[in-house]
Amino acid sequence: MPLIEFSDKGLYCRQGNFYIDPWKPVDKAIITHAHSDHARAGSRYYLCHHLTKPLLQLRLGDHVYESADWNEPVFINGVRVSLHPSGHIIGAAQIRVEYNGEVWVASGDYKTEDDGISGAFDPVQCNTFITESTFGLPIYKWKKQAAIFEDIKNWVAQNRENKKTSVLIAYSLGKAQRVLRPLSEMGLPVYVHGAVWNVHQALVNSGWNLPEVKRVQPDTPKQNLAGNIVIAPPSADGTPWMKKFYPYSVGVCSGWMQVRGNARRRNIDAGFALSDHADWDGLLQAVKATGAQKVYATHGFQSAFSRYLNEQGIEAGEVKTEYGSEEEDSKTAG
Amino acid sequence: MKQFATLVNILGTSTKTNDKLQALQDYFAVAADKDKIWVIAIFSGRRPKRIINSTILQSWCIEIIGITQWLFDECYHTVGDLAETISLLLPEPETPTDGYRIGVAPEHTLSYYLETFIRIEKEDEAVKKQFITESWEQMDRNEKFVFNKLITGGFRIGVSQTMMVNALAKTVHAPSSVIAHRISGNWNPATASFEYLLSESVAATDFSKPYPFYLAYAVNEDLEKLGAENEWQAEWKWDGIRGQIIKRNSDFFVWSRGEELMTEKFPEYNNFKDQLPEGTVIDGEIISLAAPAEEGIFKPLPFAALQTRIGRKNITKKQLTEAPVGFIAYDLLEFNGEDIRYKSMAERRQLLEQVIAQTNYPSLHISPIIAFDTWESLGTVRTRSRDMSSEGIMIKRKNSPYQSGRKRGDWWKWKIDPLTIDAVMIYAQKGHGRRSNLYTDYTFAVKDGDRLVSFTKAYSGLTDKEFAQVDAFVKRNSIEKFGPVRTVKPELVFEIAFEGIAASNRHKSGVALRFPRMSRWRQDKKADEINTLDDLKELLKNYNLPLAPEGK
Ligand SMILES: [Zn+2]
Ligand SMILES: [Zn+2]
Repeated sequence: MPLIEFSDKGLYCRQGNFYIDPWKPVDKAIITHAHSDHARAGSRYYLCHHLTKPLLQLRLGDHVYESADWNEPVFINGVRVSLHPSGHIIGAAQIRVEYNGEVWVASGDYKTEDDGISGAFDPVQCNTFITESTFGLPIYKWKKQAAIFEDIKNWVAQNRENKKTSVLIAYSLGKAQRVLRPLSEMGLPVYVHGAVWNVHQALVNSGWNLPEVKRVQPDTPKQNLAGNIVIAPPSADGTPWMKKFYPYSVGVCSGWMQVRGNARRRNIDAGFALSDHADWDGLLQAVKATGAQKVYATHGFQSAFSRYLNEQGIEAGEVKTEYGSEEEDSKTAG
Repeated sequence: MKQFATLVNILGTSTKTNDKLQALQDYFAVAADKDKIWVIAIFSGRRPKRIINSTILQSWCIEIIGITQWLFDECYHTVGDLAETISLLLPEPETPTDGYRIGVAPEHTLSYYLETFIRIEKEDEAVKKQFITESWEQMDRNEKFVFNKLITGGFRIGVSQTMMVNALAKTVHAPSSVIAHRISGNWNPATASFEYLLSESVAATDFSKPYPFYLAYAVNEDLEKLGAENEWQAEWKWDGIRGQIIKRNSDFFVWSRGEELMTEKFPEYNNFKDQLPEGTVIDGEIISLAAPAEEGIFKPLPFAALQTRIGRKNITKKQLTEAPVGFIAYDLLEFNGEDIRYKSMAERRQLLEQVIAQTNYPSLHISPIIAFDTWESLGTVRTRSRDMSSEGIMIKRKNSPYQSGRKRGDWWKWKIDPLTIDAVMIYAQKGHGRRSNLYTDYTFAVKDGDRLVSFTKAYSGLTDKEFAQVDAFVKRNSIEKFGPVRTVKPELVFEIAFEGIAASNRHKSGVALRFPRMSRWRQDKKADEINTLDDLKELLKNYNLPLAPEGK
């Protein structure tokens, strides 16, 4: 019996009788991070990292939440469970599961570049590694974060020169906080959409020291916004809500922007391939660092990635999950 | 090359005409003259020839990065564009923190690359390989993309020639019609200089130059707003190739609207050369006509007949008899060597009639004027368009000058409504370019008893949102997968509009459509309410029309 099974509700540990990121309500859920394709409401009990807890409370409402620190062992029916930074977003964890000397790690979503806010990815030795593969093709190779931030700042400056507001589309949890720091260095007021505002407040209330933002309100005067910066989630793009910022330029921060067609199709002005997921090299580096004898790829280009691993002599299989449906289907927020 | 790559990047992502225009102007303001010449060439359809085919290019990329063919294919399938796929796969050059590349030659210019292309065009593959792979090593992703586009000859960026002309006009402070005229015609980017190309003397010495074409916008039902009928002239909209014939300096030139010099393709026109007066430029339609029956009566042949003539380098006797080409004159642009585009259309028409009357060549016709009293009666005439092998009616303001490019106000085309048929989608395939991640290419079927018979493909006509919805449907309702094609549950009904229908033994249904597209998603209809094969055959009987290949 494998330590973790791929059931129709999610990744299941029979020995511990718990699920990792289940997509249906269960008794016991261990949550890698607070993105909606991984954290769903309705389970009886949740375990997550301390930093994720307030975000789950915000997004899933009232439930039983327990939280743990990095690398703090939690024993569930003899199974040793611990959380390790995945570098994806604030509080995002890889789940290490150990029983009778056998170790499995479920990566959740991860990136290998340290973004300075989500914690640095921690490679964990294991026998079996369940890895995401959102960007599991060699066309995805990210520029360094610092270089992309430079591009974004130049774009904002250019827009300002052309008397346009810079509307930056970023996922409200993760990407929005990540781009906020470099943007705030520009000394311009940063306005945010309500969805970004809510996450921002939850983080500030739980002790995060984030740069100041202003919420776009129905009565925010137009001239306050002109030439400044607005951060909005993908769902707001192209809605009448945007009218207020006219004239504006729309930039999207997403790994999908690596491919020109995606930017063109969405009718945006600028695409920045800034992702919270590992690129091709990052995925390979992470897989190798685990020393795993067996790898399962999920959440993205799993069939290409697992086929490639097999060709490299790393035994790999692909697993279909329901992850990646909110962030990635929109092809905007990855 | 960096400057040009940046320009292409902005032109490719920017959604607003003004931003594109600005980017072009910025480029023209700073780029070297030699590079500007090439940019004008590229954006005016004078692309360099491809120097290597894409299969070979792909194999070099695979060799450099050392991946397997299937992984390359997977990447290509996801990106949807070969030049871009290669640019993403190849390693980026090392850039030290101070921004200078150590030990690498200084950046090459756009003209350096393009001129090298021409120089090595006929060389061995090994020479090309060395040049291309060494160039790759020095360029960043953006540059590589543009470079690959240039070598594979597939350079299409969302910029019209008109836009480029406008930007150039602003840069050199000249009216855009003058610029359009100057950059038209026969010039070689490898030898022309920027000053020479844009100098006043050029137009005077290059007798081949056509004028920029005046193009009409489409008008719909509401003709009343055009005002009094007697201020307008109506003609049939003929379905050939828009062209200009030029007689200057005892020489003769035929230009297509695509600014292609086609003089050699139509030996039938040789007689015009002698009969037309010196200093004459006529705008009209190059069209296949059946042999003249009576005076002034002419019957256009299917566009496909003309197509056989354009595709060939050498014209055979057989083609000359099977698809004789004539010219239907619309307008006179130059008379006695004088540019008369500023005169009113009524005046130009009078002079045109005079010029045509002087000739007696049986294939040179003047476009007949359609007499009408009211917009309503013109509408009745329009219903006869298909009988006339015409696409509809042109409406031109009698006192209008001949403008350049597509302009609103004075010229309108009033096309006939497309034919339509309701059909169900049965296969789907991913699109290309900006749609490479979505299922947007569909095959449609009509009913034949309880069988479904496929009869056409269509790729356009839906909004991005609708495409996304259909894409989601395809992903959830695939029955089978053959390579890239998915067989889908026959459930979604679309109204397919098209311009013509003809018998075809290449298609199972026995018909081939011209310009098919999805005109409406019939969410109100179920699959058993679609049209039948008999309905299609009925249309074929009534409208067996000339067929032209797509993309004309
Ligand atoms: Zn995530
Ligand atoms: Zn995810």
